[in-house]
Amino acid sequence: MSELKKKTAHEPLFHLSKRAAIHPAKALAIRLAAIVLGLVVCGLVAFVLIDKLNQNPGKIDDFYYCFIKGSFTSKRKIWKFLKNLAILQCISLAVTPAFRMRFWNIGAEGQTLMGVLGAIAVAFYLGGQIPEWLLLVLMLFAALVCSAIWAVIPALFKAKWNTNETLFTLMMNYVASFVVSYFLIIWVPSGSSSLGKLKFGKLPSFGHDYLVIILIVLALTIFLYVYLKYSKQGYEISVVGESVRTAQYSGINVKKVIIRTMIVSGLLCGLTGYLIGAGLDQSVTTGSVGGQGFTAIMVSWLANFNPLVMLVSSGLIALLNQGASQISQDFNVSGAMPDVIVGIILFFIIGCEFFINYQIIFRKKSHGAKEGVK
Amino acid sequence: MKKLVALLLTLVLCLSCLPVMAETADLSKVKLGVILLHDENSTYDLNFINGVNEAVANLGLSEEQVIMVRNIAESQDCTETALDLVDEGCNIIFANSFGHETYLLAAAKECPDVQFCHATGTMAHTEGLANFHNAFAAIYEGRYLAGIAAGMKLNELKAAGKLKGAAPLMGYVGAYTYAEVISGYTSFYLGAKSVCPDVTMKVQFTGSWYDEKEEKAAAEALLAAGCDLISQHADSMGAPTACEYAGVPNVSYNGSTPASCPNTFIVSSRINWAPYFEYIVNQVAAEKEIAVDWTGTIATGSVVLTDVNTAVAAEGTVEAIANAKAAFEKGELKVFDIATEGFITVGGAPLTTYLADVDTDAAFTPDTEAVADGYFHESEYRSAPYFDVRIDGIELINQMY
Repeated sequence: MSELKKKTAHEPLFHLSKRAAIHPAKALAIRLAAIVLGLVVCGLVAFVLIDKLNQNPGKIDDFYYCFIKGSFTSKRKIWKFLKNLAILQCISLAVTPAFRMRFWNIGAEGQTLMGVLGAIAVAFYLGGQIPEWLLLVLMLFAALVCSAIWAVIPALFKAKWNTNETLFTLMMNYVASFVVSYFLIIWVPSGSSSLGKLKFGKLPSFGHDYLVIILIVLALTIFLYVYLKYSKQGYEISVVGESVRTAQYSGINVKKVIIRTMIVSGLLCGLTGYLIGAGLDQSVTTGSVGGQGFTAIMVSWLANFNPLVMLVSSGLIALLNQGASQISQDFNVSGAMPDVIVGIILFFIIGCEFFINYQIIFRKKSHGAKEGVK
Repeated sequence: MKKLVALLLTLVLCLSCLPVMAETADLSKVKLGVILLHDENSTYDLNFINGVNEAVANLGLSEEQVIMVRNIAESQDCTETALDLVDEGCNIIFANSFGHETYLLAAAKECPDVQFCHATGTMAHTEGLANFHNAFAAIYEGRYLAGIAAGMKLNELKAAGKLKGAAPLMGYVGAYTYAEVISGYTSFYLGAKSVCPDVTMKVQFTGSWYDEKEEKAAAEALLAAGCDLISQHADSMGAPTACEYAGVPNVSYNGSTPASCPNTFIVSSRINWAPYFEYIVNQVAAEKEIAVDWTGTIATGSVVLTDVNTAVAAEGTVEAIANAKAAFEKGELKVFDIATEGFITVGGAPLTTYLADVDTDAAFTPDTEAVADGYFHESEYRSAPYFDVRIDGIELINQMY
């Protein structure tokens, strides 16, 4: 009894409790507030770090305007924005099925890179020797196969020996990067390790160069939404994610679901790799995916693994990236500045999830007294 | 009366401005866009940024006339960025990394009215586009001069009996086994050999243009192998730092300075890009053509050496470098001199003929005879280096393509 009294007497100023549910409008308001707060902190940091700003504080308008300027002030920038959104969305879609299953696949970077490599290998060896349409089909096939293999290896180990998929998929990223380096050494005997743009194997385009990519990703988004929400396989993924025991009890073959889902993830990564290889770069470097495989994890998570909402989160990230690069360009500051800006805003966006999941309850004077009586 | 004086003064002011205005009027229509692979943190890119700033100051360009874009990958990104810069009104676009070339070419084909300039590239002379140009510098001459400083230091160590082995041995940290690097370390070696005939060299490659840890490790391996002096062709401070720690003299490229390595830094060579930036801006302002392949030299101010750190360098180094530099400018001295007996040999035999790969094709077939008139004609048939001969006296510990 005396112990209890002591505790209540020292009840902290506030404590946290998990929210049972939150009104969507309230959640949205918290998220928007976080973004605004993030932008304000960015502005403050920029004042300290950017010479042009602290010498001329009036330019703060230009600073914020960059976020719009980076993506929307010319036709080319709008297309670039939509393309960046599409590629990021495509990788995010790829990681989503596994995440819904609570299989923490952080190997999308390497899986996608293997897809690029597969597509480019076909273009390198067969380009110009077979009809272009056949080349493009083979490139797609190679990309899908390479990525699926890269994704299924950790899944097999997980299913067979219950290895840690997070570490395994992470390691596979580095292996993929070295496999690319290896092929570049073979393909470029001059020693520069720079393959350059290949002449064959360009994804056909109509309207705009990027339109095909954007439409493919849009269609894929809808497909994955339906697949996860309404198909039997999608349901199985959710059940395995909720509880492996429940899944086993209800007769779901968990190993099969794990492997099958990772193949789906791999195929989607392969398609992204194909879009990068045949649709954009027509070449491969170790940086072809450029870290988007990791960004995709966050995009998927922020959208709560919902493919449609993911369009918003990948759009937000694309917007932030382009805006931050515009700031580096317009204010002539170091290339590290965009990372700082995007990092600060993401910190707030991710941080606010905490306040959506938990609520802060402040100590009430009468409250403490009551408990003491109890 | 006051009004009259004011009027007169105004008139004088206007008139005195006229010739100046006539000169700057041309430059005012130039807008330069610069695409960089990394940012200030890479010594390679920093060297370009400094070059741009120096050129801007020399030409008196305004802030609005230059846009620098950092961290542009060797991918579709480069084409996109170049076209974006055209939208922003740039009429000269410059890209600084080898891998940017094919993507810059794509942009050049789309915008025939804009001039595209690319450093270290090899394709301008074969593509035949009127608005696409390559540039590099005869940095092999700079490395030769730096090599002289190295050779003299070795002589000094030898005279003092401080060599680690019986004969002087140098170490070299290279990036890739690629013509630019091979040309670089060979000219450095030859510079040293010109004053210290019995020197040999070991080369360790890192397989990366910028990897501080690897470069440091490579330098440490070379020091452990008994090297008396280290030089490098890679973009970080890894090797100079390892040298400073071990107290072994270092001859640098780009990066290092006497301030960061006071006890071991001898001299550093680098390409100064400012003359090229000034050249292209002036050409476009005057509506003249830019050279397809532009090779900066000692004479154009493109190949430069830092001040010699006399605390470390051997006595007489400054004078020896000045003499060789003068000989280069007069054309009396050639780096890849095959006329002097025993200076350059391959497998014990003199180098009398060599087919270099000057015109880039998919199979990288050698196509151009580069040996004539008693020397190897480096950077003459195109600006980017193509000397990739493995000569005697240099041992490659590993190969990294």
